[in-house]
Amino acid sequence: MTDSALQTKAPAQAASDDSEGMSYLESLPRRLITLYLPLFIILVVLLFPFYWMVLTSIKPDEQLIDMDKFNPFWVVHPTFKHISKLLFETEYPRWLWNTMYVAVCATFLSIVASVLAAYAITRLRFKGADTVGVLIFFAYLVPPSILFIPLASVIQAYGLFDSPLSLILVYPTLLIPFSTWLLMGYFKTIPYELEECALIDGASRWQILVKIIVPLAIPGLISAFIFSFTLCWNEFIYALTFLQSTPNKTVPVAIVNEFVDGDIYKWGSLMAGALVGSLPLVILYAFFVEHYVSAMTGAVKE
Amino acid sequence: MSTVQTSMPVQAAAAGEPSLWLRLRANRNWAALWFMLPAAAFLILFLAYPLGLGIWMSFTDERIGRGGVFIGLENYQWLWDDAIFWLSVFNTVLYTLVASVIKFAIGLYLALLLNRHMPFKAMIRSIVLIPFIVPTVLSAIAFWWIYDAQFSIISWSLIKLGLIEHNINFLGDSTWARASVIFANVWRGVPFVAITLLAGLQTVSPSLYEAATLDGATNWQRFRYITYPLLTPIIAVVMTFSVLFTFTDFQLIWALTRGGPVNATHLMATLSYQRGIISGRLGEGAAIATAMIPFLLAAIAISWFGMQRRKWQQGSNND
Repeated sequence: MTDSALQTKAPAQAASDDSEGMSYLESLPRRLITLYLPLFIILVVLLFPFYWMVLTSIKPDEQLIDMDKFNPFWVVHPTFKHISKLLFETEYPRWLWNTMYVAVCATFLSIVASVLAAYAITRLRFKGADTVGVLIFFAYLVPPSILFIPLASVIQAYGLFDSPLSLILVYPTLLIPFSTWLLMGYFKTIPYELEECALIDGASRWQILVKIIVPLAIPGLISAFIFSFTLCWNEFIYALTFLQSTPNKTVPVAIVNEFVDGDIYKWGSLMAGALVGSLPLVILYAFFVEHYVSAMTGAVKE
Repeated sequence: MSTVQTSMPVQAAAAGEPSLWLRLRANRNWAALWFMLPAAAFLILFLAYPLGLGIWMSFTDERIGRGGVFIGLENYQWLWDDAIFWLSVFNTVLYTLVASVIKFAIGLYLALLLNRHMPFKAMIRSIVLIPFIVPTVLSAIAFWWIYDAQFSIISWSLIKLGLIEHNINFLGDSTWARASVIFANVWRGVPFVAITLLAGLQTVSPSLYEAATLDGATNWQRFRYITYPLLTPIIAVVMTFSVLFTFTDFQLIWALTRGGPVNATHLMATLSYQRGIISGRLGEGAAIATAMIPFLLAAIAISWFGMQRRKWQQGSNND
């Protein structure tokens, strides 16, 4: 049902989006100055740090510190030394695994909780459903920076300090408000009639949710999953506060704490670490651009 | 569906026909309780409770490894006379204001550019969002290298161009350090603002622009009297989020400067981490964190009323 709704909407959107509009009124030189040039400059600035990251991570050390003999904007004899050192001589694979493990578990938990909550708020219309919806929106606005100190003592009290489990339990507070809000929007587009038919046929609430609502909201679930996963990967302050021992750290925390040794040659491995840590997300993003954008804009528009 | 599902009046149940179990099964509030339970458990245990606990901790002298006793407003009095705290407040406000204004200006400009007709539009749009995808700390590390005192590529290029004579000490000089962290924050925030505003722009019907053009409206007039008013609600939401996340920023500063040089880039969040976790004075750290709440409430209130006014002008009272 949502598929057909999307399909009917998509051509209209595409038509208006790709239509030439009034742009034929502009001459090419004018477009060059007012559109392509500024866009090009902005894109270069936005992408330069990544270019620099990639370039540094494959540059031999002597080229990194000798900027007079070698043009710093290019690399002469690229090397994979930094990346192999990172993967085989440090605990980097372990950190990557920790990050992945925490992100997947926290995202999974949050999606399950959010599906249930979003269904209850949009469809069960219990007493105070609207209030609960607003409260969840406010939960979205509570930043981690004001919670990490009390949370550290809560985590300590539960005996979860320095354990990945602490992050798996805490990250859902960042993800549930966002995912619930996003899924509420999706659930609202599913027609009531489907649910009524199922109710008349004797389906329970649980069956309706699992067999009708969830399959129809798959695009929304993917959006929520991708966005939540990215948020987990990006989270820093909780991981920095709760994790102490080196092997338990996540990639962002480990990069900041473990590689900074004052060595002049640290830059190669530092950039390699940042690059390898970003790649999984960029690849995921490349496959799900549409879902990602709809997650981001959907949550803001609601 | 609602007629089928209305919960039964208690009196009817007391007459004894459906059993308690059946009544509960049919009761929507009872079912909703179970559906809400997982989300509510997470949010209460790890969000609402710590929020309250943080405010309580700010009134105690708790340290790491030892419980605290109630000391009233002593933490706040201490902070009131602390020049570094006030410096961090100043830094935070400056950082938020400057970064948000620039993010909004460039983001809106970029959104307007991306909304125009051009080849490879979809691809360019997805490339723009990449800085937002990559974890902040990792891109901050790249900026750290770009801002390096000795090997900065910016200094090198400017020297080669003959514009400056010595390397710029980007992260070692107070003014440069502030400008550098603001630039890095803007760099990361612009894609978010641009892509969300673009989504808003796409809902504006092109025929409005055509009609205005026929009536002789200039570019500026078309922006001012069509685009801007129609975009106001989404601008309010996007900027609330942007201000909120800039104000409470931690990771970018921590990865780039850790509050230095001489506390010139200490934000309230980083100061709170330094006092609360590193020095172990949890009570004082919690007080700094709690002091951020009024600012956040003010930011939310401003954007909330901004949206309300908009709705009132449009005359819609639902939603």
